[in-house]
Amino acid sequence: MAATEKIYFYPVWLRIWHGINAIGILLLIFTGISMQSSIDNSVIGFNLIINIHNYAGVIVTLNYLVFFIGNLITKNGRFYLIKMKGFLKRPIKQAYYYAWGMFHGESYPFPLSEKRKFNPLQKYFYVLVMYLAVPGVIITGFALLFPEIIIETVYSVSGVFLTAIFHSALGFFISIFLVIHLYIASIGKSPLENFKSIITGWHQIH
Amino acid sequence: MNYRLIILLSLLFFASPHLNAQSYQDPQHHACLKCHSNQSYSFHNDVTDKEVKRLMNPYYILDTVAISAGVHKSFDCTDCHSSEYEVYPHQATLKLEPLSTCLDCHGGDESYAKYKFEEIQAEVEKSVHHKVYGENFSCSKCHNQHTYAATARNSDNILEIVDYSNKMCLSCHNDMKKYELISGHANPKLVEVHNWLPNQALHFQHVRCIECHTEVVDSLMVSHNILSKDHAVKKCVECHSADSRLKASLYKYENIQKRAENGGLGSVLTNSSYVIGTHQSPFLKLLSIIIFLATITGIIIHSIFRILKK
Repeated sequence: MAATEKIYFYPVWLRIWHGINAIGILLLIFTGISMQSSIDNSVIGFNLIINIHNYAGVIVTLNYLVFFIGNLITKNGRFYLIKMKGFLKRPIKQAYYYAWGMFHGESYPFPLSEKRKFNPLQKYFYVLVMYLAVPGVIITGFALLFPEIIIETVYSVSGVFLTAIFHSALGFFISIFLVIHLYIASIGKSPLENFKSIITGWHQIH
Repeated sequence: MNYRLIILLSLLFFASPHLNAQSYQDPQHHACLKCHSNQSYSFHNDVTDKEVKRLMNPYYILDTVAISAGVHKSFDCTDCHSSEYEVYPHQATLKLEPLSTCLDCHGGDESYAKYKFEEIQAEVEKSVHHKVYGENFSCSKCHNQHTYAATARNSDNILEIVDYSNKMCLSCHNDMKKYELISGHANPKLVEVHNWLPNQALHFQHVRCIECHTEVVDSLMVSHNILSKDHAVKKCVECHSADSRLKASLYKYENIQKRAENGGLGSVLTNSSYVIGTHQSPFLKLLSIIIFLATITGIIIHSIFRILKK
């Protein structure tokens, strides 16, 4: 059938980055929640949880450099550039499609192609997460490993406290993103289609 | 006092620390430890002309491993105790001899200045222990002179420091006999008294008793003014918030200390100190739960529509 066309969306380096990132972020979320709630897991042990969190943090940071530099030196970076034209209109159109259009037989508003890997809404969230939340969580995470570099007090509120709050709030935002990311990924021709793509690299255009 | 000090220092000068360390490691050949490091001891009873084996008083059994790791390891027993103890049976009057106190050696000496013994003494005198029990509550009630190790200064493991510090308190506060010896009344139930504290076991492992039960003095590394229990910190936010004692006195100190001693990235990552983030604030905790549930609800509703409209 000529109705489907395959595009090689995800190069090997990107898939490796994505895989390591996925495992790392999952470890960080689970250990992070344990630390937040002070759950003393008798199987893993509280100290090991802290150590896993620290090591996973460093691995995700090094991996982030792969993503960042990869996007600078390959063409993949241009998928993250936001156009000013229709800055609000375009993502709203996509949101409307998810909330209404897709249930009423409307066609996909931003068909994917060689030039468009992400729809506008998706792009906004990816930029927010990858260029704001993740760098923020990395910086605050390293600050907590080296607490002497944190400003002593900010208007009589402890700097370490603020950094910890900011770190976990960003971590929470990333966790929520992950839940939505996984769910939206299941919206395709079949629920598993997009998950196959990120493993094989090939995306089917219908 | 000076007379004692001179004897002590001259003994220290002449006695080889190496030799003493050897004898602690080989207690069977040490005049005192051949009995005092064992559960039982044997001697020849001259009256009945028989070999006798008896149980050692458990309070007089010494841990030779701990002694060899302690700050006083280079001293021999008779440096502090009378040399007449080398004769058995020990003379009853030997028990009445006063022993040196910590300040007899450590007070007013430049080489110990950094430990601030005088300042510690002043703080101890303000503490509840001194107020209630006076001079009888000596340093050695907490700091076992035989085995004491400066763990808070030398250890790079926060849990070890917490454990060592808390064991000093618990050696009496969790021991009916020793507690009653000083206080004259029954031991308070530690677990019950701390029932209000969430994650009690975790707190006891990670927080020193003194974090809540002392008045913090910035100039001293470890505060010695133990407060009465009515003045103990009993609010979570006093540790887990802006003006964090916990953070100030342990988290940050430990984190930096560990790197200064060990160096390298590994010691930063294996550091087990941590601070709680948004869950410190009940509002943010609630908000995060609401956002999470709203997300899941949204996804469930969307999935239902997808299935229905398929």
